[in-house]
Amino acid sequence: MSELLKLNAVETYIGQYHILQGVSLEVKKGEVTVLLGRNGAGKTTTLRTIMGLNPASKGAITYKGEDIKKLPTYLVAKKGIGYVPEDQGIFADLTVEENMKVAIQKDNQETLDRMDWILDLFPDLKKFWKKPGGLLSGGQKQMLSIARAYINNNELLLIDEPSKGLAPIVVEKVMESIIQMKEQTTIVLVEQNFMMASTIGDCFYIIDDGRTVSHGVMNQLKQDADMRRKYLGIA
Amino acid sequence: MDVLLNLSLNGLATGMLIFLLAAGLTLILGLMDVLNFAHGGLFAWGAYSGIWIYSKTGSFFIGILGAILVGFLLGILTERWIIKPVYGNHVQQILITLGLMLVLSEMLKVVWGPNQISANPPDYLVGSWEIGGVIIIKYRLFIIFVGLLVFAAVQFLLSKTKIGLVVRAGVMNKEMVQALGINIQKVFMFVFMIGAGMAALGGVLLGPYSGVIHAEMGLEFAILAFIVVVIGGMGNFKGSLLAAALVGLSGSFMAYYVPDLALAANMLLMAVVLVFRPQGLFGMKG
Ligand SMILES: Nc1ncnc2c1ncn2[C@@H]1O[C@H](COP(=O)(O)OP(=O)(O)O)[C@@H](O)[C@H]1O
Ligand SMILES: [Mg+2]
Repeated sequence: MSELLKLNAVETYIGQYHILQGVSLEVKKGEVTVLLGRNGAGKTTTLRTIMGLNPASKGAITYKGEDIKKLPTYLVAKKGIGYVPEDQGIFADLTVEENMKVAIQKDNQETLDRMDWILDLFPDLKKFWKKPGGLLSGGQKQMLSIARAYINNNELLLIDEPSKGLAPIVVEKVMESIIQMKEQTTIVLVEQNFMMASTIGDCFYIIDDGRTVSHGVMNQLKQDADMRRKYLGIA
Repeated sequence: MDVLLNLSLNGLATGMLIFLLAAGLTLILGLMDVLNFAHGGLFAWGAYSGIWIYSKTGSFFIGILGAILVGFLLGILTERWIIKPVYGNHVQQILITLGLMLVLSEMLKVVWGPNQISANPPDYLVGSWEIGGVIIIKYRLFIIFVGLLVFAAVQFLLSKTKIGLVVRAGVMNKEMVQALGINIQKVFMFVFMIGAGMAALGGVLLGPYSGVIHAEMGLEFAILAFIVVVIGGMGNFKGSLLAAALVGLSGSFMAYYVPDLALAANMLLMAVVLVFRPQGLFGMKG
């Protein structure tokens, strides 16, 4: 089996609300799997459920064949899953450097090499190295959040709407960086920007009202205007 | 001039004791979102155990170390057994920590008896220095010195070590810290332990300062410490030092000039801060 992550009929409650009512998906190693769906469909909750931040009440979540449904968040992360939340989760009063330091799990040569690589990709981070994360622009925060998820040798990255609220030129930059990272890790990407989703994505899942309703390879969706209109509200 | 200086030193010394209590409170509140009403009990336990060890060993220094260790231990036990089951539930936290406060002070009476116990500074800290015609009480200066030392040490811990970094990050965003692979439970326990140790240190230092210790001694200081937490900004460690100095000074001056209004003045200060700067006088967020 080449799938790295698998969700089977996952259900999640937030408080009393039944938010996820049946999410099933398979993420293949080396691919970018894109989650699509309207606002409020449950894409963010799906990522949070994988991370254990909104634990699943039913269904199965396996990573490399191992059940991770009941693991606390920090152990999910330690399995090698990096998370870039929708709001980026930057520690505003910590410097860029300190934000990276919180994330680093191993102080070794490999981490140093990864740091060099990611700072070459995002030179802005080097420029603002000693500045508080809260002072960064939206795009720079996104870069920092991605760098932070990347710095440990994570085999899987969960990235939630990285283009949200960014100017087109910045979106371009973030997109290029994800394409570069794709060479090294598997990615689950939530993305509303269809241009970006279809450029980067290998396959897609559509989530609607807390359920996965459709999936396939990205080319299918590119050709299926009806489906896009029905679930995504775009032509 | 003499009066002003003495009132200031007195206020600062009291402020340092409040700071030792408030520093733990503010970190626990900021990081763990826990209201710990039992913190004053840890203060009193530090006083009793420290003074007792001091009386048995004859060494005030060993008494201080003992108090801190007792604080650490009580902090760990409190976090494990009392706080952990009620994370995220403020009402339960208030009830259970108020209950613990009562238990802690009753236990003091069980172990050391119901009467207050006298406490004196060691010989080398008795009396005063005369500097340029001004009389400075040694023990006051000692408290201020220890308070600043603890501030510097914890400030170093917070700013220069990985665990300190994680604590500061956790105050801002607990979920993200966990999503980066950090076991926040361990961090919570560590912070609780440090906070309890500081409170216990405050207690044992207060003993010889006020001359007696009694089981309810933590209560009055805990109220002042809560005021300091609000004024300094919840979770703001540096803010708690500045706010504690402010509250200590205002208490000392008010007690001299308008004694009836000493506590009221601090309460008023807190209310004003709550209305106009809910993030605290020294907070950046908001
Ligand atoms: N903390 C919460 N409490 C109650 N409802 C929530 C909470 N978070 C999300 N929801 C609801 O869950 C649904 C899915 O949200 P989300 O996963 O954020 O959607 P998406 O990321 O696809 O826009 C929405 O209807 C949202 O209102
Ligand atoms: Mg979302």
